[in-house]
Amino acid sequence: MSSETIDKTEISRRSFLSLAALWSAVLPAIALLGGIFRMVKPDVHYEESIRFRIGTAENFPVGTMKKLDDKKVFIFSTDNGLHAISSICTHLGCIVNITEWGFQCPCHGSRYNQNGKVIAGPAPRSLSWHEISQDIDGSLVVDASREVPAGTVLKLKA
Amino acid sequence: MNGLKNSGIGRFTSNIIGLRDSFLKSFLREGKPTTDLSRTAVMANNFFLHVQGAKVHINTLRPGYTLGLGLISLYLLLITVVTGILLMIYYNPSIENAYNTVKDVNYVVFTGRLLRNMHKWGGEGMIISVILHMARVFYTNSYKKGREFNWIIGVALLILTFGINLSGYMLPWDQLSYWALVIVANIIQSPKEVTDVLGITKLFDIGTFSKELFLGGLNAGKEALTRVYLLHIMLLPLILFIFLGVHFWRIRKDGGLTKPEGFEIKDSDTRYISGQERKAEVFPANKTYGLMELVKAKTPAVNRDIENNVLSWPNLILAETAVFFFTLAVVMVYSFYINAPLRELANPLIPENPAKAPWYFLGLQELLSYSAFMGGVGLPGLALLGLALIPYLDREQQQIGVWFSGKRGKYIALESLVVGSVVLIGLLAIVIKYGWLRTWWPDIPQLFIILINPGNIWVGFMIIWSLFVIKRTDSTRMGAIALFTMFLLSYVILTYVGTELRGPNWAFYWSKSQWPLH
Ligand code: HEM
Ligand code: FES
Repeated sequence: MSSETIDKTEISRRSFLSLAALWSAVLPAIALLGGIFRMVKPDVHYEESIRFRIGTAENFPVGTMKKLDDKKVFIFSTDNGLHAISSICTHLGCIVNITEWGFQCPCHGSRYNQNGKVIAGPAPRSLSWHEISQDIDGSLVVDASREVPAGTVLKLKA
Repeated sequence: MNGLKNSGIGRFTSNIIGLRDSFLKSFLREGKPTTDLSRTAVMANNFFLHVQGAKVHINTLRPGYTLGLGLISLYLLLITVVTGILLMIYYNPSIENAYNTVKDVNYVVFTGRLLRNMHKWGGEGMIISVILHMARVFYTNSYKKGREFNWIIGVALLILTFGINLSGYMLPWDQLSYWALVIVANIIQSPKEVTDVLGITKLFDIGTFSKELFLGGLNAGKEALTRVYLLHIMLLPLILFIFLGVHFWRIRKDGGLTKPEGFEIKDSDTRYISGQERKAEVFPANKTYGLMELVKAKTPAVNRDIENNVLSWPNLILAETAVFFFTLAVVMVYSFYINAPLRELANPLIPENPAKAPWYFLGLQELLSYSAFMGGVGLPGLALLGLALIPYLDREQQQIGVWFSGKRGKYIALESLVVGSVVLIGLLAIVIKYGWLRTWWPDIPQLFIILINPGNIWVGFMIIWSLFVIKRTDSTRMGAIALFTMFLLSYVILTYVGTELRGPNWAFYWSKSQWPLH
């Protein structure tokens, strides 16, 4: 190998050291910024749990609907069983109202049919159906973090 | 006697007698501004004044040129800072106390309501004055010759003004605050609309992530108020003041405000020039030839047009003081009669119907009612990018400092105003009367609505129209005038529709009096 090719492929000691020094300053700086950014993302949430108990099945006679205001969910009890539909509009998060034909959002006019399917307005998605399950002691549990396909109902053991 | 005067006590007494003069002298190093030299010195030596030149061009003093709008924005800012600090004495940023403390300010605290009103109207007035100031700069073609970057700083200032107002709106924690906060948080989350369509939300939920950073949780609650408060009183004002410093510094470095090339003094200009100058014959009856007329070259000496400068003290300072008192008076009188709203305490269970953002965002909210992502992120982002790029896309150097760059520009602005109004109002009428894609095909995929909605169509039209103007007039400046005029027009029209014509369920009503009663 001639000395010229060595020059081309190998970094001189001087520039290696300066590059190393440069990067040992830049990398921690990036890590520092990343840390500050990460610090902003909360690790503690003071919110109510989004998995909650709603009592036993007696509270929900067949053929009724209950609106649980503070949980932002509608609980429907039909012949088939129970299902929970979120009352949070998928557009910008307003609370929808129930009507004869389904749900109406007061903010930008989104409409949903009785299954929560969007039929008009800007909402990008249908209202979500939350998972309902029954605990060992018979109490019903809604998990708002788990979405189930529309039409899924919880059959109650008689 | 003589002995006493030279004694320690004697000198002490004369120091006391001479206190006023010696203090003044220490403050004004060159003595009172009575001669041209000391008037120059005042401007150069005072910390607050020295960002301005010792001399100012007569064009800058003409009220019809700047319309005082930048100054008005600054003074409104100062008014909100002073009143804001006073409000902070009572305000407590916690969801338990915020509403009650604002209520106290409103109904109990001595002069509290006036201060709160001044803070509110001063802040919102800034939105108007800053937008008008931008329009002045634009239409007088003043974003060129080294000022390109300052225009970008200005766009940042505009965004900050909106941001500070919006964050302030959430602080009273009443129904207006709460639902505006919910809507804003969901706008921040709206990239989810796109990731949903692409089916990658599970892997990369940037929308929810940003929302969580903003709210400090998944719902609008106490962490959110803490963050919004921090933004409102610390972070955004701090950044605003830094940018403002750069803004003023650059004006100075760019050689003051723009002025037309063939500037001619008019008789009426004497109205803005103080007496001393007139006596010193700045405008002699027989004008003698200046250097300008003799040397025909592009040297700094030629550009300097020394002739048309006058001393900043007192000419500029007087004008600035006058604008300050005018601004203060308007804000005080308005705040005396018109109260800032305060609704019931925030209730997460019952949205206001209609739930509206503050008025200056209702134009956006109208766009939001077509698609959350396009209305909240896509189109505003595009508009701001377009605004920032104006000085780089139009680089024509003629007719700087001339309103509308002359007759043709006036015509183009007027034409765009008329054409734009017709097209936009027509488009809105179709949307209001017949609905949009989903009303016709309820099963249409969301992707089509994100891509084809009235907002996108309008922005597309603005762009095509401006290109057409460029082609027709062979001038990028004319294209810029067309685009900017339509931008202002859409802000006004959409804001009007969102504010006045939208009622419960965001349905159309000719006026508030037709809203159904609950
Ligand atoms: C830079 C310009 C500023 C603007 C445009 C602005 C705007 C606003 C707005 C629109 C509100 C809502 C008022 C309401 O709805 O009642 C508000 C509230 C408030 N601002 Fe500012 N503000 C500014 C600067 C400041 C500064 C510098 C401070 C403190 C140092 C401050 C402290 C407060 C406080 C404590 C409140 C809550 C009191 C209330 O809501 O009545 N603001 N501001
Ligand atoms: S939040 Fe429901 S339509 Fe906008």
